[in-house]
Amino acid sequence: MSALLAIEGLRAGYGETEVLRGLDLVVNAGEIVTVLGSNGVGKSTLNRTLSGVLRARAGAIRFDGAPIERESCAAIVACGLIHVPEGRRVFPNLSVRENLDLGSYARGKPRRAQNRERVFSIFPRLRERASQYAGTLSGGEQQMLAIGRGLMAEPKLLILDEPSLGLSPLLVEELFGLIKRIHADGVSVLLVEQNVVQSLEVADRAYILAEGQFAMSGPAGQIAADPELKRTYLGL
Amino acid sequence: MLSPVILIPVLLNGLMTGAVYALIALGLTLIYGVLHIINFAHGAMLTAAMFACYFAFKTLGIDPYLSLFVLAPVFFALGYVLQRFVIGPASHGEDRNMLLVTLGLAVVIENALLVNFRGDTRTIDVPYAFATINLGFTFLAVPRLVGFVAVFVVAIALWLIMSLTDTGRAIRAVAKEKLGAQLQGIDVPHIYAVTFGLGTACVAIAACLLMPSYYVNPGAGNAFVLVAFTIVVLGGMGSVPGALIGGLTIGVVESLCSLFLGDSLGQVGIFLIFIAVLLVRPQGLFGAKA
Ligand SMILES: Nc1ncnc2c1ncn2[C@@H]1O[C@H](COP(=O)(O)OP(=O)(O)O)[C@@H](O)[C@H]1O
Ligand SMILES: [Mg+2]
Repeated sequence: MSALLAIEGLRAGYGETEVLRGLDLVVNAGEIVTVLGSNGVGKSTLNRTLSGVLRARAGAIRFDGAPIERESCAAIVACGLIHVPEGRRVFPNLSVRENLDLGSYARGKPRRAQNRERVFSIFPRLRERASQYAGTLSGGEQQMLAIGRGLMAEPKLLILDEPSLGLSPLLVEELFGLIKRIHADGVSVLLVEQNVVQSLEVADRAYILAEGQFAMSGPAGQIAADPELKRTYLGL
Repeated sequence: MLSPVILIPVLLNGLMTGAVYALIALGLTLIYGVLHIINFAHGAMLTAAMFACYFAFKTLGIDPYLSLFVLAPVFFALGYVLQRFVIGPASHGEDRNMLLVTLGLAVVIENALLVNFRGDTRTIDVPYAFATINLGFTFLAVPRLVGFVAVFVVAIALWLIMSLTDTGRAIRAVAKEKLGAQLQGIDVPHIYAVTFGLGTACVAIAACLLMPSYYVNPGAGNAFVLVAFTIVVLGGMGSVPGALIGGLTIGVVESLCSLFLGDSLGQVGIFLIFIAVLLVRPQGLFGAKA
């Protein structure tokens, strides 16, 4: 297996505070890897650093063989590392179709119509609402749209930041099913979640983030079977 | 006094003046809607464009309506460069700073014009300055009619850019969701600069439409931008349809006030409406509630 994403000694933070204090992580091509941790531990900070919104203070990030820690957001998107942010961040004043089309602003533009059809087949509700303003969608539909918009860029690695946040249990179930389906279509996934049980069910491997470092990592099944670990680090 | 024979020409005149107001307001509201700043340099840019149009006619003999096709792209580029390399970098990501930088730019541009051209008021003489079209019941001034039509062409072109091109959609996206836009690989400073360029191109076009029937001096743009600002507030900050309808409304109000109160009091009605709207509907006619 080859490493699609490889992080070494990554440090990042805001102002005086250092949030990430030396992280090492690997996502191999074809994997679903989950990063778990409680609220405020730095999961979104990690995602923002990977996608170039936040500058790493130290350490190396290699994606698809090339260093990206100094690259701009736009260049990182162009490489195929696509970050679906926490809180959806869809464009409320644009239609669902326009939101999807902007997903291929920097990558995947030649196959825009084709990819839109593919997204509609994964999320049929988006097709029904194609000409509706994204701001009028329900929370669950907005999450589907945010993921669909990410897929429009033909991601090699899709980073999902707490996609299940604020969804009803039924919708969460549906969402994890869809993540499996997207993965089966050949997209590697970095799933950042607080929803421990379901994330460990779909993931190949897991990392537990606590106090700025990975306290534990390993095959998802092994971590799911470790009661001590869940109680200590995840407050379950 | 209220006979249609008098009233209809006054209304038509008001609509046609209002169209140029609307265009200036459109530039202002576009920049506000996306960058969330009031561009204090808007008036100075209008003045600068009017001078450019004036000298293109005086020294090269180029008709203002032809200069339009050169000055619009030139001022787009000027606005782009100013935002990308001066206003943006000087603001360090703070909206407040951006505001102050545009204010500083306005002072610099106005004084540069004053030093070079003094306070003199200048006009150009085009053969069609006083030409009219006979509608049977009234006469339309040709320069105003051209302005009216041109503003609608510009508004439609802008609407097409905003809804059909990726850059236009990116502008609308950045206006409401900057982080979301960044994560799609949209270069936000570039989009800011394009928006500023479009807003500046609007005043360049307005300048070329005004010059055949108006004068220029180093303060000429400010009177228009003051009215444009009331239009932006009236229509709703950042609303493009609001700017267009607000502009036409203000043109008509001004025209009616001139009729009833005399030319010197024409703008009184504008500010009365402005105050009334602020009292009754502070978000403007088309603005979203805060
Ligand atoms: N923009 C910011 N400025 C300053 N501190 C921040 C900012 N964003 C997050 N933080 C802080 O960084 C820490 C990690 O936040 P975050 O990465 O959002 O956590 P998580 O996604 O795991 O809930 C928190 O203590 C949070 O308060
Ligand atoms: Mg988070």
